Amino acid sequence: MEKNIILAGVGGQGILSIAFVIDNAALDAGFEFKQAEVHGMAQRGGAVQSNLRYGDSKIWSDIIPTGKADMVLSVEPLEVMRYRHYIRPGGWVVTSTTPYINIPDYPEHESLLAELAELENIVMVDTAHFARAAGNLRAQNMVTVGAASPLLDFEEDRLLAFVEMLFARKGEKMVAINQRAFHFGRAAGLFFRGLVDAGMPRLAALSLIGKLDPETIDEAHAGAWAEAIANDAAKLETVLAEEEAVACDRAAAFA
Amino acid sequence: MNREILLGDEAIGLGAIHAGISGVYGYPGTPSTEIFEFVERRTKKAGDVHAFWSTNEKVAYEEALGMSWAGKRTLVCMKHVGLNVAADAFMNSAVTGTHGGLVLAVADDPGMHSSQNEQDSRYFAQFALIPCFEPRNQQECYDMMFEAFELSEELSVPVMIRLVTRIAHSRAGVAIKEQLAQNELDPDKQIKKWTLLPSNARVQYKKLTEKQPELLRRAEDSSHNSLDLRGKSGVIACGLAGNYLFENLEPDHDYSILSMCQYPLPAGMVRSLVEHVDDLLILEDGYPLVESTVRGLFGLENVRVTGRMSGEVPRTGELNPDIVREALGMEPLPTAYESTSEISNRPPALCKGCPHTDSFRALNEALNNFDNPQVFSDIGCYTLAALPPLEAVHSCIAMGASIGMAAGAAHAGYSPAVAAIGDSTFSHGGITPLLSAVQQNVNLNVLVVDNSTVGMTGTQRSMSTGSTLDQIILGTGISEDHFRIIEPTPRNHDQNVEVMREELAFDGPSVIVARRACIEALKNRSN
Repeated sequence: MEKNIILAGVGGQGILSIAFVIDNAALDAGFEFKQAEVHGMAQRGGAVQSNLRYGDSKIWSDIIPTGKADMVLSVEPLEVMRYRHYIRPGGWVVTSTTPYINIPDYPEHESLLAELAELENIVMVDTAHFARAAGNLRAQNMVTVGAASPLLDFEEDRLLAFVEMLFARKGEKMVAINQRAFHFGRAAGLFFRGLVDAGMPRLAALSLIGKLDPETIDEAHAGAWAEAIANDAAKLETVLAEEEAVACDRAAAFA
Repeated sequence: MNREILLGDEAIGLGAIHAGISGVYGYPGTPSTEIFEFVERRTKKAGDVHAFWSTNEKVAYEEALGMSWAGKRTLVCMKHVGLNVAADAFMNSAVTGTHGGLVLAVADDPGMHSSQNEQDSRYFAQFALIPCFEPRNQQECYDMMFEAFELSEELSVPVMIRLVTRIAHSRAGVAIKEQLAQNELDPDKQIKKWTLLPSNARVQYKKLTEKQPELLRRAEDSSHNSLDLRGKSGVIACGLAGNYLFENLEPDHDYSILSMCQYPLPAGMVRSLVEHVDDLLILEDGYPLVESTVRGLFGLENVRVTGRMSGEVPRTGELNPDIVREALGMEPLPTAYESTSEISNRPPALCKGCPHTDSFRALNEALNNFDNPQVFSDIGCYTLAALPPLEAVHSCIAMGASIGMAAGAAHAGYSPAVAAIGDSTFSHGGITPLLSAVQQNVNLNVLVVDNSTVGMTGTQRSMSTGSTLDQIILGTGISEDHFRIIEPTPRNHDQNVEVMREELAFDGPSVIVARRACIEALKNRSN
């Protein structure tokens, strides 16, 4: 087994915190790992990436070869496009859909999301939405790694233990917020895949998830929602028109 | 097994601590900064390792040499261009030789991720006639420190550990050994060894040359250099290039391979390989040092040599597994998606809320009645003022060069000759050119952007900020009337522009200090 992940984002978004969690999980699991990162000038608001590799046999290069990336895990949607050509056939993208706009020629958001939705294997998660729900907008990195976690090779508990280790210095409250962000991300990612597997278009799935109560999201209900909404835009609109967040177990009410 | 997650830089630092150093020296510079920072952090509690940033790399090297003279082990670390600054002391320390072990960890930056060139420090090791190790992974970073210190003490030579960005800033689990005790104080009383008067220097230099066969033998016997003779196609892979090679090869490949991580170049191994193969690919991160040596002026008679010089490998830039794959003539791996070239770049920029954005806004406005004014600048965060939207500075060459160049331009008749430099860069390399300019009464204007820290590399302590900076500037003999201090804020903008205009109009040397603390440093201090 070998897993090669390109972590992507913009300087300051905390991709090294994601690396910390996965590195420690890899060490803890007895894997070999290497994780190359960018320091210095590029961190000043530039595009940053980290190449993270782990596995149960020798890992040679600190850099992931083109065609060997199993996943691009991005805290920012545009950054996916910068690294997607590293992905092997059948590899995954797990990305935030929340743009970080610090350049004048940032692409139009809708068309960027539409382009991402065309990718073969993708998990899309509105990280700003879930980080806010967890209690801190800065926790978007933990939402993203949560969304990616089912595709990694570690027990959820182990990953959460290293989220705790990472934020322990900042106090219990920050630990709780970040662990909750991780949970929300994980549930949202699994639910997104459940909806898509059951036939719902990806952008529709993304909209629907944004309307559900984060505390209640559970992949077990994905089939029911896909069946209730199917490809019916009007039905989706009905859900989105609800005043309050909708509980995840209420799919039948919109069928 | 006790494994700790460490950057390559940190593994160097921990290796040095465990090899028993009594001091670490350096000046911040990407990608080397984390070596010093790790030692500083790790030994803070025990307080048994001297760890205090030096004013510049030359000072750092000389302090390290003094500690070596006193019989103790010491690590000195810097980035590749920092070694240019330290070169005087460095070159001569090879001639004197060492007493307590002295290891120089120097981090090169192939690909120029955060540097102004990609010079290859292996040339400096060769130039100084000292051994050089080139670790391939974090474990070697750690382990090689023990060997390097032993070698330094045994043969009385400084030893270089040459890193590149990709290992300096990559993490892995490292198995940890037991810590060795530090050396006792034991000053070296061999006066002639340390006094390089020509008569002594000739003796010492001869001794250094006489060490060379032994250094070569060590490289030939080194466990870090290995020769695996198989088919008629050969590869020499130096340092990390070996990783990129093996990333692409199956275990049953047919290449004959010399993997090399300890210099001087093991000539015997190279000869064995050359005699065995018909063609030879040379892979090295940095300059084609090994390739040019093996190739010689006229090439090898029976072996086709390829590499950076022949074009099979790009002449410039960082190596990676893809480049090595192509050089091996292998097909690219299939990918799920094509690369898209038109992704908007995100150039680095001064931090949001950086106080010195206001310094450069004021400078831009003060200069706007000159025709296309050029501002000499320097190395630090404020180099980013060269980029849009400010586009306020127009040069960046070497630490302190802004002032020297502005003086030279003024000598040539250029006006206004303006230099912009940060407080730490000023202490590193700006004091001497300012002293020169003031003593010569040159018509130049120096803007010192004093953010009270070394900003770009992560807010290390600045040597000359605040009143220390003011006293140094006044100490050059500058007229007090033309030493001005401003606070760069949006509210003070008009007033600051006025101060700058007044000094630009003055015919003679002037210094304006724009003083406001780095917001990152303030954040770190409040944490």
